[in-house]
Amino acid sequence: MQWEVVVGLEIHTQLLTQSKLFSGASTTFGGAPNSQACAVDIALPGVLPVLNRGVVELAVKFGLSIDARINSPSIFARKNYFYPDLPKGYQISQFELPIVEGGQINIQTGKNNEEDKRIINITRAHLEEDAGKSLHEDFHGMTGIDLNRAGTPLLEIVSEPDMRSSAEAVAFAKKIHTLVRWLGISDGNMEEGSFRCDANVSVRRLGDDTLGTRREIKNLNSFRYLQQAIEYEAEFQKYILETGGKIKQATVLFDSEKRETHVMRTKEDSHDYRYFPDPDLLPLIISPDWIEEIRASMVEPPDLCFSRFIDSEIGSNGKATYALSKYDATMLTVDIDIATYFEKVVRIIGRKEAKLCANWVIGEVATRLNQDNKNITASPISPQQLAELILRICDGTVSGKTAKDIFNTMWDGESHTSADEIIKIKGLRQISNSDEITKLVDMVLIENPQQVADFCRGKERAFNSLVGQVMKKTKGKANPAQVNDILKERLKKKN
Amino acid sequence: MFNSSLNQLSTLLATKRVSSIELTRDFLRNIKSLNKEYNAFITVNEEMSLDQARIADAMIASGEGSPLTGIPIAHKDIFCTKGWLTTCGSKMLSNFISPYDAHVIELFNKAGTVNIGKTNMDEFAMGSSNETSFYGPVKNPWDILSVPGGSSGGSACAVAARMAPAATGTDTGGSIRQPASLCGVSGIKPTYGLVSRYGMIAFASSLDQGGPIAKSAADLALMLNVMVGFDARDSTSLQHENEDYTRELKGPIEGLRIGLPKEYFAEGLSDDVSRAVDAAVAEYSKLGAKIIEVSLPNTKLSIPVYYVLAPAEASSNLSRFDGVRYGHRSEEYNNLDDMYLKSRTQGFGAEVKRRILIGTYVLSHGYYDAYYIKAQKLRRLIAQDFTEVFKQCDVIMGPTSPSVAFSLGERSNDPLQMYLSDAYTAAASLAGLPGMSIPVGFGKKNRPVGLHIIGNYFAEAKILSIAHQFQQVTDWHTKMPDIKKL
Repeated sequence: MQWEVVVGLEIHTQLLTQSKLFSGASTTFGGAPNSQACAVDIALPGVLPVLNRGVVELAVKFGLSIDARINSPSIFARKNYFYPDLPKGYQISQFELPIVEGGQINIQTGKNNEEDKRIINITRAHLEEDAGKSLHEDFHGMTGIDLNRAGTPLLEIVSEPDMRSSAEAVAFAKKIHTLVRWLGISDGNMEEGSFRCDANVSVRRLGDDTLGTRREIKNLNSFRYLQQAIEYEAEFQKYILETGGKIKQATVLFDSEKRETHVMRTKEDSHDYRYFPDPDLLPLIISPDWIEEIRASMVEPPDLCFSRFIDSEIGSNGKATYALSKYDATMLTVDIDIATYFEKVVRIIGRKEAKLCANWVIGEVATRLNQDNKNITASPISPQQLAELILRICDGTVSGKTAKDIFNTMWDGESHTSADEIIKIKGLRQISNSDEITKLVDMVLIENPQQVADFCRGKERAFNSLVGQVMKKTKGKANPAQVNDILKERLKKKN
Repeated sequence: MFNSSLNQLSTLLATKRVSSIELTRDFLRNIKSLNKEYNAFITVNEEMSLDQARIADAMIASGEGSPLTGIPIAHKDIFCTKGWLTTCGSKMLSNFISPYDAHVIELFNKAGTVNIGKTNMDEFAMGSSNETSFYGPVKNPWDILSVPGGSSGGSACAVAARMAPAATGTDTGGSIRQPASLCGVSGIKPTYGLVSRYGMIAFASSLDQGGPIAKSAADLALMLNVMVGFDARDSTSLQHENEDYTRELKGPIEGLRIGLPKEYFAEGLSDDVSRAVDAAVAEYSKLGAKIIEVSLPNTKLSIPVYYVLAPAEASSNLSRFDGVRYGHRSEEYNNLDDMYLKSRTQGFGAEVKRRILIGTYVLSHGYYDAYYIKAQKLRRLIAQDFTEVFKQCDVIMGPTSPSVAFSLGERSNDPLQMYLSDAYTAAASLAGLPGMSIPVGFGKKNRPVGLHIIGNYFAEAKILSIAHQFQQVTDWHTKMPDIKKL
């Protein structure tokens, strides 16, 4: 039987603010337990929440970047349940009327083929506060409570059940991950829990219109686990259905060692959260002026940047285009810092050499960054320095091969001097003077009569050998193209 | 001295005829001799009070005093007070020493007043008789066998029995006005949002509002001058321009249009209260006011609406009292759920549990629309009634409470009867309007009767002036219960 897997994701992403969603306490990760929990976070009697405006702006940025509706008013609601790391006995979240509704994300699986493209609709994105942490180890027979994380702002992004495979789910999660980092609204650090996914998975017969019963896999904090968990879950559900069973709605956890899911709770024992509007907080009004102010402060979203990189015509907005391949554009837009670096380089050199610049950024720069485990913002070679080097290739001062040596010298050097300085000190200037090259070629022809004779008899390989002799005389500094041309011309005369 | 107004005390202090230390000692002495009988205070801390008095005397000496500097004020035990036990009348917080000050406390500290003690109250402000307090009931100084009203019963009693010149209270459905009425003193609940709720332990967030209880309208005005103020830590705090609430005190009554809602004088109002209120209205008529009959057709809905919304919010607000971080935790328990169950079962009294249950029920899946959403809609209708009536009149008057103080134990086993104590006050709370109660005579067994005055939003100065004018020509507010020799 043919089955179809249906996946919807809920992504919790921690918003990048100095202070918490409703208190002034710091959100820095890794403080001593409870050192970053103020009276509001520990829910002393009488304390009240006050909304952090900065958080609202980050959520609006996300909404605008996916063409969603920004609701005004949006409403904060209390989600009531008891847990020791939930100090108030309720979580302030949004239920009816979230801050962001609608919008969409384009994803691409596999190669850059049209048929692998898909549009994933976003249901909503809402603001909520994170809970604290319960520490069950280290406290013999007791549980420790760390409230540093309590009150940290989260944006929960909920998709429609629009994905049809684990690969699509991963592509979607990665796209969101890139987007929130690109927009500067989250650091996306999955190890620290700043980006976690819940996956709603169901299967149905291919061609069915109605959705199957779903099970929700909680708290997947790596793309690999996301993929494995969905794959296991889909296989599990198919097996149950094929052997005549029924899927019961449930919340499950993924065991990454055994690579299987386990039921955490079923629908019957699910909580009644008794949501109601939080009377301590007024409806959140976001004026059109404020939205425009936020829009004006936003960076160009990654999809637009990508289109611009592949376009050859300058767009109506007058922004630069580079006519790059989709592959190059994809590599350059995985991260806003890489795209920015690239554009800084190409702006100095000129868009005609965009492809050359892209090769350098994707090639040499990326390779060295990878080796050193560095972010491009920490690159020892600035865009300005790289541009100067590439310029020397363009104007024929050095060959591409020599340029790579210079690049590595600059990268490893303590002072990271300029390309020009290295060329000067090491005497790497390419010989492009045709008289000089002609003289050298003539000399080589005289010194190697055998090869010349071989060439005249039709032995093509003799030509390369002669080129090699010329290059040897100049220690590789002769312009290879020029050497080729002149040598060909001289040999023609001999013929 | 114990009968002096705040203005008189202020003059005595400013002219150095009495020091704050002396004044504080005198009131502490009163508390010492009377509190055993009346149980108005949960915590008295002479040392801390006298420390504040010393600071006040220094402020006065250096000319930094303000009108209330050096005057002892009693604070309802709902206000978090740094270094003081802050119990909210509950076993749950019987071990909670607050590490911070409520905004109201900060303001009084800044004004240089002396905290003379923390007053008794119904547990978590849930009650109309002060009988739900973990610390035992407060007695009504006019009749030791009757209740002082609630939930700010300790504050009303403290002022009535001259254990404090004035006190703070909070009002959710009548908790300032009803005890003021039953104890024969004056009290005002300001427009919702004027007094910060920061540090005021929450009962029902959309209704809770702090306010003063004192001997006269003029004293209330001075208290409001301290208590009202914008506070960024309370998102519902209003950015209202600072007012001097004493500025209109001398305003004339001539031409004032007083609306009497016919629903406030219908079935359920006892005759003795009705007579005293009628006489007060007649007095206003003599002063030149125009009396108009008006109608608030949704009045009868205010108690049902109130008892859906307030418990709903309370059930959530009280979830933080789980024994995990502070407050009462059961000595023995088997697991987490058992710890919650036992701590909360032991820590909360019957009335609090009842309201948590009601609130949890009305917010539950499947009942939310029928109760909570419907009550919210009705709340808007109740508020609209007032908007309509204020097109016809300047203020609304009626009885504060349907009856005079009832006897201790009389209604404690009949919650519905108890809830009707707020029949006239709850509506103004639901609408967020300012309301006050002033003494206007006595009913059966010589128990005080209060007149309820409701003003439009931000009309505090006006209703204070209306009350003040009455108190200029009558002496009900100067009457004192027959307390033991001071």
